Amino acid sequence: MNSNEKTLNIIGEVSRPPETMGTLAWKRFRRHPGAMVGSILLILLILAAVFANLSPYDPEVSDIKNRYQAPSLEHPFGTDGLGRDLLTRTLYGGRVSMLVGLMVVSITLSIGVPVGSIAGYYGGWIDNVLMRIIDATLSIPSLMFLILLSAILRETDLPFVKGNSVMTIAVVLGALSWPTVARLVRAVFLTVREMEYVKAAQALGASAPRIVLKEILPNGFGPIIVESTLGVGYAIMEESGLSFLGFGIMPPTPSWGNMLNNAQEHLITYPWLAIFPGLMIFLTIISVNYIGDGLRDALDPYKVLGKVE
Amino acid sequence: MGTYIVRRLLQAIPMLLLVSIVLFALVNIAPGGPMSAYSRTNRMPEEKKEAIRRSFGLDKPLPVQYIVWLAGNDWMKIDEDGDGDLDGYGTRRGILRGDFGFSYKNREPVLDQIADRLPNTVYLMFFTLLFTGIVAIPIGITSAIKQYSGFDITATTLSFMGQAIPEFWLGLLLILFFYAILNNPLTGESLLPSGGMFTLGEEFSFWDSIWDRVRHLILPVTMGLVGWVAWYSRFLRSSMLEVINQDYIRTARAKGQIERKVLYKHALKNALIPLVTMFALDFPYIFTGSLYVELLFSWPGMGRLFYTAATGRDYPILLAILIIGAGIVVISNLLADIAYAYLDPRVRYS
Repeated sequence: MNSNEKTLNIIGEVSRPPETMGTLAWKRFRRHPGAMVGSILLILLILAAVFANLSPYDPEVSDIKNRYQAPSLEHPFGTDGLGRDLLTRTLYGGRVSMLVGLMVVSITLSIGVPVGSIAGYYGGWIDNVLMRIIDATLSIPSLMFLILLSAILRETDLPFVKGNSVMTIAVVLGALSWPTVARLVRAVFLTVREMEYVKAAQALGASAPRIVLKEILPNGFGPIIVESTLGVGYAIMEESGLSFLGFGIMPPTPSWGNMLNNAQEHLITYPWLAIFPGLMIFLTIISVNYIGDGLRDALDPYKVLGKVE
Repeated sequence: MGTYIVRRLLQAIPMLLLVSIVLFALVNIAPGGPMSAYSRTNRMPEEKKEAIRRSFGLDKPLPVQYIVWLAGNDWMKIDEDGDGDLDGYGTRRGILRGDFGFSYKNREPVLDQIADRLPNTVYLMFFTLLFTGIVAIPIGITSAIKQYSGFDITATTLSFMGQAIPEFWLGLLLILFFYAILNNPLTGESLLPSGGMFTLGEEFSFWDSIWDRVRHLILPVTMGLVGWVAWYSRFLRSSMLEVINQDYIRTARAKGQIERKVLYKHALKNALIPLVTMFALDFPYIFTGSLYVELLFSWPGMGRLFYTAATGRDYPILLAILIIGAGIVVISNLLADIAYAYLDPRVRYS
């Protein structure tokens, strides 16, 4: 290729309507097979949970005549010790688990992003204090800390966090998951803070909130989105674990974790009690993880720009 | 290096104090506070409760209670029988001097209970971590060397599955298959036991008792290591891939070093360094154990001690395990940073 052609090529490239980061990222995301399969699977799981009320059975009303039915056409997942249809309970359990996942991520972001931004932007003693608090939070063995928090909060009636509600579990999980996001946001601020365009904005008299929100924070959107996606998975896993141990969502409200707790005693006689709820947790988390992996590749600015050249 | 270690140790002190304040405050804002264990089990008259509160020093303001918990009460007069008059000096030495108090449930010293359970947890976690390394390291290396090969794709897929499988569900499945479904064709008994550390109430010869212990280890170790193998193998794969593309590897090849030595002597040694940090995060499990594994397999270790204490609101035990656990996390992070600086000269000199 001679240099003339090359120039023409570059001009051709430039004269095309410019692609935004979003479309470029979507192109890359589509090419990640795991992420696409994960997305489809997750959409199906969400739809199933959303339309759970189409089931002819009630998730909480018992039907003693039909206890411990093995999976059949009438009850595809079988029934539990109170004769409740397990498929119905599994779908309703999905609502609870996904709701908890989303609530935890909202809590994580609404604490983690401001804390990380303040620490990273101002530095100095504020940064030092915030980071020590984060180190302290992260140094306590997490599952055990969750159990202690949950044991305490369940007995307390605070505004919004009433006893055994789904919100209580979300608050407990959120209280321990924001430090990771805060650290991530802080790291973004540390790398970008000293860049010349930020100095220029400061010289032009931009206010601190404007610099933080408009100039620096957008650099962190990629990692924040990836971390939040994976965070939904962690939260669902932790909620199931706590419910499995009896420190999470309490029956009769179905959650995948507390259904497994019930299944434990009858594992050998009625194994279907244990298989389906666990399988749902597994499928949800593996699809979320694949989506997160796809997003990580798709949103990596170096990789996205690399494709433009 | 010396000043660095001292500085880090000095930083750890306020942090652990903060942890202790947070944990202590949490336990005390619990409704009924530490007394809820009593008020629940028996309907005591109010005066009697008040007497117990006084005898435990729970009538004092929280900061005083915190200091007593931290530093003991052998320097102050206390109301031992709860009648409202001060009797004599206290006997508690405080957690700073290794006195974690007594369990509410059976009135035994907390440290004795921990000492009872800790060896069982260390025993289980040692084998879990050991086999994690034995399985994960070869997988990670092979995946990296043969990137995008059939082996690599299979290993990566399996590692995604290993990270997504809930540990407690995996345990249930293991019990279902290896205890309930599969039988030993010779004896007709279950292939593997479903719990415990060894068969109780049977006399074995030396080798048979070792074999019995091994059989009891297989399922709990498998349950514990799947998630770890998934993480470590993937982490080692990417660390190895990064190293293989470095200039010094090309140099080693260019000067004619044989490929095996390039991989295992030049690359692997450097690829393992980042694993030190990751191992430091998991090392504290040697102390806390895995709650799910110990519960499912009735393993008398720390995880189960914590769980029973949590269901029974035995706060002294909960506080002790959490705070010792936090201390171990801090120390193992510090050791990891020191090891890192020792292994990676770039960190040391910058």
